[in-house]
Amino acid sequence: MSTRSDRRVAVNDFVIKFANVNGSGSASANRLFVRSIIRMGVPVASRNIFPSNIQGLPTWYEVRVSEAGYAGRRGGVDLMVAMNPQTWDQDLADIDHGGYLFYDSTRPVAPSKFREDINVIGVPLTAICNQHYSDPRQRQLFKNIIYVGVLAELLGIDMAVVEGLIAEQFKGKDKLIPPNIEALHMGRDYAQSELQGATGLRIRHADAVGDKIFLEGNNAAGLGAVYGGATVCAWYPITPSTSLAEAFTRHCQRLRVDKETGKNRFAIVQAEDELSSIGMVIGASWNGARAFTATSGPGISLMQEFIGLAYFAEIPAVLFDVQRGGPSTGMPTRTQQSDVLSAAYASHGDTKHVLLFPEDPRESFEFGALAFDLAERIQTPVFVMLDLDIGMNEWLCKPLTWDDSKTYDRGKVLTAEDLQAGREFGRYLDVDGDGIPYRTFPGTHPNRGAFFTRGTSKNRFAKYSEEGADYVENMQRLLRKFETAKGIVPAPVRKDAAQPTRVGAIYYGSTTPAMHEALEKLASQGIHIDTIRVRAFPFSDEIIDFVLDHDQIFLVEQNRDAQLRTLLINEGALDPARIVPILHYDGTPITARFIIEAIVRQWRALSGAASRDAAE
Amino acid sequence: MTYVVKPKFHHPALPKNSLGFTHRDYEGSVSTLCAGCGHDSISSAIIQACFELDLPPHRIAKMSGIGCSSKTPTYFLGQSHGFNSVHGRMPSVATGASLANRDLIYLGVSGDGDSASIGLGQFAHCLRRGVNMVYIVENNGVYGLTKGQFSATADMGSTSKKGASNNDSPIDMVSMALLLGATYVGRSFSGDKDQLVPLIAGAIRHRGAAFIDVLSPCVTFNNHAGSTKSFDYVREHNEAVNMLDVMIPRETITAQYEPGTLEEVEQHDGSVLRLRKLAADYDPTNRLGAMSYLQERAALGEVVTGLLYIDPGSGDLHDRLKTIDAPLNGLREAELCPGSKAIDAINASLR
Repeated sequence: MSTRSDRRVAVNDFVIKFANVNGSGSASANRLFVRSIIRMGVPVASRNIFPSNIQGLPTWYEVRVSEAGYAGRRGGVDLMVAMNPQTWDQDLADIDHGGYLFYDSTRPVAPSKFREDINVIGVPLTAICNQHYSDPRQRQLFKNIIYVGVLAELLGIDMAVVEGLIAEQFKGKDKLIPPNIEALHMGRDYAQSELQGATGLRIRHADAVGDKIFLEGNNAAGLGAVYGGATVCAWYPITPSTSLAEAFTRHCQRLRVDKETGKNRFAIVQAEDELSSIGMVIGASWNGARAFTATSGPGISLMQEFIGLAYFAEIPAVLFDVQRGGPSTGMPTRTQQSDVLSAAYASHGDTKHVLLFPEDPRESFEFGALAFDLAERIQTPVFVMLDLDIGMNEWLCKPLTWDDSKTYDRGKVLTAEDLQAGREFGRYLDVDGDGIPYRTFPGTHPNRGAFFTRGTSKNRFAKYSEEGADYVENMQRLLRKFETAKGIVPAPVRKDAAQPTRVGAIYYGSTTPAMHEALEKLASQGIHIDTIRVRAFPFSDEIIDFVLDHDQIFLVEQNRDAQLRTLLINEGALDPARIVPILHYDGTPITARFIIEAIVRQWRALSGAASRDAAE
Repeated sequence: MTYVVKPKFHHPALPKNSLGFTHRDYEGSVSTLCAGCGHDSISSAIIQACFELDLPPHRIAKMSGIGCSSKTPTYFLGQSHGFNSVHGRMPSVATGASLANRDLIYLGVSGDGDSASIGLGQFAHCLRRGVNMVYIVENNGVYGLTKGQFSATADMGSTSKKGASNNDSPIDMVSMALLLGATYVGRSFSGDKDQLVPLIAGAIRHRGAAFIDVLSPCVTFNNHAGSTKSFDYVREHNEAVNMLDVMIPRETITAQYEPGTLEEVEQHDGSVLRLRKLAADYDPTNRLGAMSYLQERAALGEVVTGLLYIDPGSGDLHDRLKTIDAPLNGLREAELCPGSKAIDAINASLR
């Protein structure tokens, strides 16, 4: 349909998108495809785009192959694997000029349904399947493997690598290996005989993966909770956080069962709702266990009252918030960074909470463990702010590490010996001047250290008090405590441009890979920007100084209202005019293309203004 | 309420239990509830039960929600940690606390507003999970702190102090507890200490979710003619099915009853509940029988009290979760953190 000159030609740098039907078994085939590329030493960034549905609705899997290691979404599609007739028109429209359409040609498609400027690769997948398999379920499952075989052959993927992965996947269920390999070969053979040279896209062995690992943020965060010493998990199912609690369960079953007795060194309760989950977390933390919940924006909304209690009564709690599109039910299966304000100021009354912003699954593991130390040290709720993009997609990232010499920071807890030795105990008494008081656990000492925990105002010795002076003193101490937190939470990561510049950019969380790619490309266009990646709230002085050090700041984030910008301006008493928001919030992960376009537009406006200023 | 400061002076002749504690060692600060409040009698029954069971006060954790009843944990067991949480959410906080340390005794105190209205969901799920705790509802059918609104346990047709009639069906907490799987279910009356103290003691010794509905008249807002939660009404309609003695293994059994009227039930921890049967046909180990008996008697306008149901072979949430015998809050790095070797293996599996 198109001439050869219109063929996109690329090696180890292109985007493939699989358009599938939810529940058709395509996920494992697509994953096999991606892992084969990684095994060939070529980095891949893959993203699931899926509906809130169990079976039948469209789902996509977008794979960016990038030897340069760009892990953000690129945007655009070079090869569309169009396996879903429902979304044909949309899928066709997504293909870049000169790109490729791969489709099941068993049933004829009207010529008007194609595009002139793309290359079409038709494979009669259904016909091949129907010939070989009689069972409808087998037809469906093997169809997926057959298209992997075709694609692997077309793109030059090492077939031995694919076969090796199949063998690993079905280890222990060995009789499944030969039929899968047979299906793979069916695809390969068809491509060899019918589709020689059909694409200009190639995968070539490279050495750009190294020791990197491929994992989801929810899996990593769940593992982080195991390493962080969490023993109690109370949760309520909600997309996109469910797989975090499930990962914790899985890791515990493998790593935390007492070998001698077969009993569990953990307790996991699927609660009746989010109110109950956070209540259990607070009860367990009050009683000295490390406890957490995993939820998303709607859950945070439901937990507000309890979060205020934990703040005011100073009870540690760890909340993993895997953010999705809000408000209300919003876009349950799409990504956003739109819970920043509702988490930072959760609850009625004056409150502020510690937030951590991991950039990828590796940091989700690290912060997932660290959050428990912070919660117990500061005696307050700590939110680990993942999002769907990090949480539910596998990212290629540096391997996880753990320092065996590390011990848990259990914070300020008086033991029976401390109490017996006559140490004065006032639950809300600021002994050390850092705003953090000492606590005791129930059952510690027969007649010392007991106190009454309450959500009402109280004096330093935890006695009920509605005296204004007691209340104000307590609220001021809570501010001092939050000041202390600044020095304990993960520091921001600052990176200055190669050339001196008066422009800076702030970003956080899952925006990171797209931001890094954008900065690299902007620098090559002569646009140099200093950057700082925010990793926690409260904001350290370094972040405020960064803003003050620059004439203009771009704050790149994934929500409509520039929530982190609002938080920064409010907490740092900063001039809003200095900070220009760059906002992406359609539910898809932000791309470097989007950031570059927005910054270039702003840059031109700024330099235009600068040259006008100079002219005057 | 009283403004008298409680003296710390102990009379030297006060009787002591086996731990050397007197009754006073189980008390809390002075109640700020209305004089004559039924809730204060329940606090006093809790103190008595803990004294009689020789419990070290610091091994008990007092959990409550919000409301008059939820304030009471300040008024007993001053050496115990207490947690006055948020309205209707005591059960989840108690569940979490119990998960963290299975060795303590959890005493949840709630009210009919706290547990039958805003907290009905948590009440239900806590019982069905079998959290090992004593769950007491101090039931007066009315919101006291907000000045006399009906609660969800108020009977249909009963009237408020101002004369308004309640048009909604009442929630019977005891029937619900039976349905939801509580393994120890009792009902009593704040004015009947002889019945209430052993009922609480038996619940403390019970392993699993023990629920006690205690009718506790509100002297200020719900003690008038037309109320079905007043002292007079409850006394007139109280139909006790049994009287209870709790005997712990180390004690010799001294109580003597007429033969043929006794039933003994041994609990998980070896304690024996000796029931003096008042209703000859009532079998407290028969859950279905208990349910229908309650409904039949309620239709006749009777308030059935006593130990209504007990499952002697009960288990708790920890059994179901197969947690280790030691409290989870005592585990250290070595038992919790899989370390760098396990990380290396995990990394290898993700390539």
